[in-house]
Amino acid sequence: MENQLIISSFVLIPLFGFLASLLIGSGNETGFSRLAVGMVSVHLLVIVVFTIGWILGGRNPINIPELVIYDNGSYRFLIDLYFDGITAVYLFVGAFVTFLITRYSRFYLHMEDGYKRFFNTVLFFYLAYNLTVLAGNFETLFVGWEMLGISSFLLIAFYRERYLPVRNAVKVFSIYRIGDIGIILAMWASHHLWHENINFITLLNEETVNKHIAEHSGIGLFIAVCLLLAAAAKSAQLPFSSWLPRAMEGPTPSSAIFYGSLSVHFGVFLLLRTFPYWENQLTARILIGAVGLATTLVAYPIARVQSTIKTQIAYASIAQIGLMFVEVALGWHVLALIHFAGNAFLRTYQLLVSPSVVAYMIRDQFYHFQPKEISLEDTFPKRLEYSLYILSLKEWNLDRFFNRYVFHPIKKIGRKLDFLTPRNLLLYFLPIYGLGLVLYFNQEWIPVQVRHYVPGLFSFIGMMLVFKAFSERNYPRLALMLVMANHFWIALGVSFNETFDFSQTLIYLSGVSIAGTLGYWLLDQVRKKEPDHFDLNQYYGHGSRFPKYGLFFLLTALGVMGFPISPTFIGLDLIYSHIHEDQYLLASFAAISFILGGIALIRIYARVFLGPHIKNYHQKALPSS
Amino acid sequence: MNSKTSFDLHHVLHELGHYLPAQSPLKDFVHHNTLHAFQDLPFHMALQIASETFGYKVYWDLEKFQDLYHRGKIQPAILERAIREKMGEDQLERWKQLMLESPVQEYPKPTIGQFRKQWRKAYNLNLDKEVHQTLFRLVSSYLDQGIAIWKFPAGNGGLLTSFRKLEEGSFTACLKSSRARNLLFDPKTKLQDLLAILVGKEERYAQYLFDQQFAHPGWSGMVAVLEHQPQSLLDKKKVSLHDLIFLESLLEIDALDRRRNGTWTPLGLHVEDSFPGLFKEFQPSEWFTMLSLWQEALEWSYFDQVIKGLQIKPKTNGVKNQKSFQAVLCIDDRECSIRRYIERFAPDSETFGTAGFFNLPFYFQPEHGKFMTKVCPAPVTPKHVIKETEAKIRHEKDAHFSKHSKGIFGGWAISQTMGFWSAIKMAKNILRPGETPAMVSSFKHMDPKGKLSIECKNPDHHHGLQVGFTLEEMTTSLEGMLKSIGLVKDFAPFIYIIGHGASSVNNTHYAGYDCGACSGRSGSVNARVVATIGNNPEVRNQLRLRGIDIPESTRFVGGLHDTTRDEMEFYDLDQLEMDSKLIHERNQSIFEIALNYNAKERSRRFHTIDSTQDAAKIHEQVKLRALSLFEPRPEWNHATNALCVVGKRANNKHLFLDKRAFLNSYDHEIDPDGQYLLGILKAVAPVCGGINLEYYFSKVDNHMLGAGSKLPHNVMGLVGVANGMDGDLRTGLPLQMINIHDPLRILITVEHYPEVLMKTIQAHEPTFQWFANEWVRLACIHPDTKEAFVLKEGELIPYVPITDKIEKAQDLDKILEATSENLPVYLLA
Repeated sequence: MENQLIISSFVLIPLFGFLASLLIGSGNETGFSRLAVGMVSVHLLVIVVFTIGWILGGRNPINIPELVIYDNGSYRFLIDLYFDGITAVYLFVGAFVTFLITRYSRFYLHMEDGYKRFFNTVLFFYLAYNLTVLAGNFETLFVGWEMLGISSFLLIAFYRERYLPVRNAVKVFSIYRIGDIGIILAMWASHHLWHENINFITLLNEETVNKHIAEHSGIGLFIAVCLLLAAAAKSAQLPFSSWLPRAMEGPTPSSAIFYGSLSVHFGVFLLLRTFPYWENQLTARILIGAVGLATTLVAYPIARVQSTIKTQIAYASIAQIGLMFVEVALGWHVLALIHFAGNAFLRTYQLLVSPSVVAYMIRDQFYHFQPKEISLEDTFPKRLEYSLYILSLKEWNLDRFFNRYVFHPIKKIGRKLDFLTPRNLLLYFLPIYGLGLVLYFNQEWIPVQVRHYVPGLFSFIGMMLVFKAFSERNYPRLALMLVMANHFWIALGVSFNETFDFSQTLIYLSGVSIAGTLGYWLLDQVRKKEPDHFDLNQYYGHGSRFPKYGLFFLLTALGVMGFPISPTFIGLDLIYSHIHEDQYLLASFAAISFILGGIALIRIYARVFLGPHIKNYHQKALPSS
Repeated sequence: MNSKTSFDLHHVLHELGHYLPAQSPLKDFVHHNTLHAFQDLPFHMALQIASETFGYKVYWDLEKFQDLYHRGKIQPAILERAIREKMGEDQLERWKQLMLESPVQEYPKPTIGQFRKQWRKAYNLNLDKEVHQTLFRLVSSYLDQGIAIWKFPAGNGGLLTSFRKLEEGSFTACLKSSRARNLLFDPKTKLQDLLAILVGKEERYAQYLFDQQFAHPGWSGMVAVLEHQPQSLLDKKKVSLHDLIFLESLLEIDALDRRRNGTWTPLGLHVEDSFPGLFKEFQPSEWFTMLSLWQEALEWSYFDQVIKGLQIKPKTNGVKNQKSFQAVLCIDDRECSIRRYIERFAPDSETFGTAGFFNLPFYFQPEHGKFMTKVCPAPVTPKHVIKETEAKIRHEKDAHFSKHSKGIFGGWAISQTMGFWSAIKMAKNILRPGETPAMVSSFKHMDPKGKLSIECKNPDHHHGLQVGFTLEEMTTSLEGMLKSIGLVKDFAPFIYIIGHGASSVNNTHYAGYDCGACSGRSGSVNARVVATIGNNPEVRNQLRLRGIDIPESTRFVGGLHDTTRDEMEFYDLDQLEMDSKLIHERNQSIFEIALNYNAKERSRRFHTIDSTQDAAKIHEQVKLRALSLFEPRPEWNHATNALCVVGKRANNKHLFLDKRAFLNSYDHEIDPDGQYLLGILKAVAPVCGGINLEYYFSKVDNHMLGAGSKLPHNVMGLVGVANGMDGDLRTGLPLQMINIHDPLRILITVEHYPEVLMKTIQAHEPTFQWFANEWVRLACIHPDTKEAFVLKEGELIPYVPITDKIEKAQDLDKILEATSENLPVYLLA
């Protein structure tokens, strides 16, 4: 009971902090800093005291089933907390770094326009961090994981009146989300593996785990690969590495806390947490180790050629995290945890003092200059040296990789649906969807051989709509409606799979419908007020003139994308539980459309509300700045 | 420019370099007029043209002006006078209504970039997105001064040469199109050939290049500066604007070829002949006129009080007391208040202001230093060098900047071990700030225990410079300084020569905080050298021959004032006799008190400090700020500067000018024909004017003319800062330097006869331009009648202040504690 109280407080204290910070007026700098620093100090203290007690008490992992959000007998959605050594280390490092950073930012951000926004976002991040670290099952972890993604987006786009931060925020968010496909699929597969939403503590029972995995070694490997995908994306490992340096757009302390220390180490956390899943699968371990090692080898030369301080630290950190992947794969978990903590502190501090590098290095040079130091690479044959240099300067084309092989093809497919407009969408959608509904109620009409493919087909249609939403250039409202429509198709498609309670579909679609309608209305208001500057071809920065619309649209977009503020997010997991374990295609279509739908929504938000304001009556930055 | 039919590349490159931001690398940061290219035009006209062409915001927001009017910060009478003078009496009502009631309007769409934007229209292609990243990285890696561990491998013989070498000798390449590669490797390719491919029409070349380069003015400006000022890089790199443009044009051709598979036509063919060029004919506009009138009203609401105040004859008791000491400080506005406190706590003292290199230009080479640093105003090229010997090393190492932490195994070992040390250091630095190797301290510029080669022993030369000064040179420069500040008799037993510098940590723009007259360095060496010269018996003999008789007992003492920490240190005290030492210690304790109070006055602008506390206590907190990693404003530097007063201190000592004034001591009686005045104005107009205008423009358009918020800045190759990973270099001042600055042009007031002043400023054309075009305002106070004159359209016109009374500050300390706003002029009690 005591444990339950304290461990719950690890999440509740940050939750309280975040909620309270929303209530403080934007001019009240002292209020924010007191709240943030005070809350984190208390949190840190409780963590330290509890952890000491826990270590002395024998270090037994603790599982706390916190809150049942949904239960229909066969399916339970449970917020579940878990405390073990990994949690302890991550909790402590997180609280310690956040404590210092909030204190730092209190002065550093003085007089900055977004003071309130900054503290709100950092506290939101802190809540997400603790929830993820304490998560006792995949569902809880996923809630935290999604919150991390959004807070990350908001902090990178902190300077939302400039072009590059906004563009890079969307980019980073997109890559994060691609990684999330991994988590969704892992959740789905894991559900089928255990026939329930498994708690992490159950995984400690080696016998059960081995038995299950041995029976389904295919699923086991599938889960491991999915987890690796999620971990690699979050920790900027190959092929995702190029997002990390691009994320350094916010105020330095936020870059330090996010991309220097906490956020970027979540991949390592995920691997440590899910180690029992793949512990006995050599293929998975080799794969994870190989990704880590390859990343280290690629990030190393890239770090060496960086001529800007923050990107240099970013790539150096990526290389170290690569090593951590290797350590985890080898099973050296204590070493990995020490490595994590050390790297987190080191990079945070290096980023914080990064502006000092000018004075320090110039002075260093002034007193110790040598015209050209011979570096390791100078000893290579010239051609090799030059090639490696150019390749590293271009970051091994990692950034182009995603555009060319992921986003570009999707856009190309999406453009095939360019005949759709906000006006005619319903003309196409309603009849076809109606037909689908009719078929649903009269399933006997469909030949048996075909019936098997119907869910896949419908979710494929849904996915196409999302592709179109993602590539839409002209109509923000259309893009929004398409993402909504996708959810309807997925729901319909899965409904063909097996009979289940209509209320489950309702849970899934209610959030989408309400939030979507509201979002549509908000967009329409902006369109009426700025008819000449309303499409998705560029960033318009309307948030500068309509901050309220911007904020509410963001909230509705989160609702539509199934963020844990609308019932959709439970419904999503629920719907997934009805996808059979052999329906990899259906699961993938659904996961991909879920992920891309989120990206498309954030893209609408960014293009309409963020970026340099189209109006020329106040100071505006050049796109290149 | 568009009228030219044939394309003159050399001319265009020159023009481009002229319009691009002229900001040196960070270590040599010096304030200058951001819009220097427009200085040959009258101020308001220039601003309108700059805005219409390049899209800068050039005035404060209309809403801000209206708000200031309603809050009484802009005087209605002054506003009306401004309208009346410019528009005529009959227009008064119309304009007043317009200015007060007009809603905010959009600025006109700038012409820059419009032509090149047509790529997007023609081929739906954002060339900037295709080209900038590669271009910035190449230039940044090439120019890098020490961040990258693996240096640019293909030499430093020119950007283009090196790039060619790199591309030729590599398996992989930046340029993918074979046409672009051939153009690069063909030694006969000229920039004009590339433009022919890209633009096609010769009459559009220049416009295209402006569009192209002004899409990233930061990097282009840096390259243009380094082309003419290669000594600003310690690690020398040859670079030119031509090479940059050549490279960029190649990358553009490459991008177009790649994206269009070679099927594209030059941009010139996609626009009509009637497509507007870059520079439009000047057309007066209601919008800009309105803003310019507001600007005048804002400025004169303050200046009017100042002129009124200067017209008041201070009370003198007639008795000439023996002075206890005289202190010569820099004219810097940050010394304005400390002088007030020195005079307050030592009423029998006298203070002077002059440019902080004290009329002695030279290079300084510290012991162990591999380079020389210039310690005089930036435009001056010294012929002398002062070398330091017997000094200890003042450079500590910090492993956090070491390259080992960036490698694989080094990084592994370091993060496992030093990582935890970082945690402790970080906690300590955030909870209890203290000195670190990363900080910049003005006191470390020179080792007080070291020896300086001041006297020229034999005319041997060091890199073409003379080491030390000859007797004749020393005498002349000291004579010049003393005469220009009017200190030629009544010498006190102590004459302090005090330079200044600043301390900060985590501050990329640290050079901008030091003494501007010493090229962004601390003024300690200059002060120490001048004091030593002043104590030289032979120099005194020579001076006596020239009519300046300094008593034998008078001692010169050099010192340094750290404006951030408000600390002073004094040099060569061991050379004082015992009894002098005691007197000096008494003086020093007065300085200490003055410094405490100065810190207290400054603290009213620091939100973390409670200004009502005891001065000494506040001083401790102010010192701590300078060491705090998390403090983006260690001091306010020149923010709020608005005035430069040239005249006898006795005639402005009675005024409270709120740290807003550069104070230059000058006695017109010693200099009836304005010979020294010319020297002063020649320096003051560009130096103070430059500082003032950089603050002005960084304030009114912090996004395009300033550097934006410094919080996200990323250091690029040690030469500049940018946002994020792939941003353009940011020029101008960061937001954190100008938060509290009001954009006023500087008013220079001179105490002399109007006809002499007029003759003086006309003697030097570049200086005259500053005044005549009203980039700085000039007022003349008649020394006998106290009548005021203001320079308007090149003539001194009598000026009668509207202000009828200057309030007396009964308790200045209370007034200062009460507000963090700018204060009006007060009479000191």
